[in-house]
Amino acid sequence: MDHAATTPTRTEVTEAMLPYMATHFGNPSSLYSIASDSREAVEEAREKVAGALNSEPSEIFFTSGGTESDNWAIKGVAFANRNKGNHIITSTIEHHAVLHTCEWLEKVGFSVTYLPVDSYGMVNPGELEDAIREDTILISIMYANNEIGTIQPVREIGNVASEHGIPFHCDAVQATGHIPVDLKETNIDLFSISGHKFHGPKGTGALYIRKGVRLDPLMHGGAQEARKRAGTENVPGIVGLAKALELAVKEMPQSSGRISALRDRMISGILEIPYSRLNGHPTERLPNNVNVAFEFIEGESILVMLNSNGICASTGSACSSSSHQPSHVLTACGIPPEKAHGSLRLTLGDGNSDGDVDYVIETLPGIVKRLREISPLTPKELQGGDNV
Amino acid sequence: MYSETVMDHFQNPRNLGEMKEPDGIGEVGNPSCGDIMKIMIRVEDDVIVDVRFKTFGCAAAIASSSIATELIKGKTLEQAWNLSNKEVAEALGGLPPEKLHCSLLAEQAIHKAINDFRAKNDQEPWEDSKKSIEKDYMNHEISVKDA
Repeated sequence: MDHAATTPTRTEVTEAMLPYMATHFGNPSSLYSIASDSREAVEEAREKVAGALNSEPSEIFFTSGGTESDNWAIKGVAFANRNKGNHIITSTIEHHAVLHTCEWLEKVGFSVTYLPVDSYGMVNPGELEDAIREDTILISIMYANNEIGTIQPVREIGNVASEHGIPFHCDAVQATGHIPVDLKETNIDLFSISGHKFHGPKGTGALYIRKGVRLDPLMHGGAQEARKRAGTENVPGIVGLAKALELAVKEMPQSSGRISALRDRMISGILEIPYSRLNGHPTERLPNNVNVAFEFIEGESILVMLNSNGICASTGSACSSSSHQPSHVLTACGIPPEKAHGSLRLTLGDGNSDGDVDYVIETLPGIVKRLREISPLTPKELQGGDNV
Repeated sequence: MYSETVMDHFQNPRNLGEMKEPDGIGEVGNPSCGDIMKIMIRVEDDVIVDVRFKTFGCAAAIASSSIATELIKGKTLEQAWNLSNKEVAEALGGLPPEKLHCSLLAEQAIHKAINDFRAKNDQEPWEDSKKSIEKDYMNHEISVKDA
């Protein structure tokens, strides 16, 4: 129930990767025949990824994961366009791979606007347009949020960016392989993906760069990836990512319907619990994302009890992290810190069944009730415990 | 991540509940930081004869309050005052470093309950002579310095 954190690598994916470990182990840059197998595999993978996103193979560049793709897109565009301006627009609910990159760019002299979101975690394209300045060189807004699952109005955002001639980077790590994506239909110039979020291997990712978009390399070195991303290609990883994405896109019509039905049943079952609420958007939401908050209790203790019952989940509570700050995403949605602490994220995947959803719906009320008995914040009507 | 003792006290907390007309109450923490600990004591002849707690917080915070109530029940006020956060953490079989502040909350709640009792009985509050505790609740950074 924590598939937004990571997913198991599919057997078909592992099988596709294995030949590129010991047998076709050549370096794609070498000139002899065993190397050409590796080179062909990488180019075939590039075609598959391009096809899955409706883009051109020459626009796909393989990286080490979502974090590298985000760093490359943002720093690469920022530094390549320094003579044009130094202003970047992003949102308050981005993943840390984007937020911390922007914060670092501020330290080295760039100026960043962090757009607010509404209570559902949605960016307003009108506010984006208002934030655009003469010196704006990049807009970076995520496709769908990793914590609350809210899907952003990327088409409208892309139109605003395109009308103003500003490159638009979209962190699509959580969306890719889960909802349909069409890069020819959307004005997205840079698009980050991560293999392990859709049953591919960890340490694999890609950045789509629309033809004509200028950006500096992040990795300097050899001439790999059309001289844009140096470093010997992770051939098995690239093959695995492409295979996983191909399968995810092929199976999406069936799987996303099944998973969103599980999600909706889980949400309505959980919201039967008094003093609970749904975080994120009720409809514009990733098919696999459930994020709820329970008043008067704290998320880490919910997770520990769920774990004792064999359920793996995550929370936006500070107590689960070393930062001791509640989730920046929930806070940006206007949820007060004391309520953000009681949040619980369950993210479904191919491995989850109807029975799993029933089990969560049966197990959770008892856990919430028990923790409310322990909490001094619980109102009298919900109180229990051994009073003397 | 947690020891068996932490899990036992978290899942089967001892001395949980409210107390009617306690002789001393100590509440520490802050909901915006994700933890509140409330300890209530009944005192007879300077001995803590009964104790109850309620905690909003993580598993470590709940377990720390539970074991702290066991450690001070039947003890004199002075013995209870001298219970350190380190002893609370040790009794739990250790806590992960980022959770040590939970044991400190227990120590602080006990001190507050004892001083509440002393104030109600027209006694001067005891001062912590062993340590000065600095706590910034917004950043949740805690440092315990030996004075």
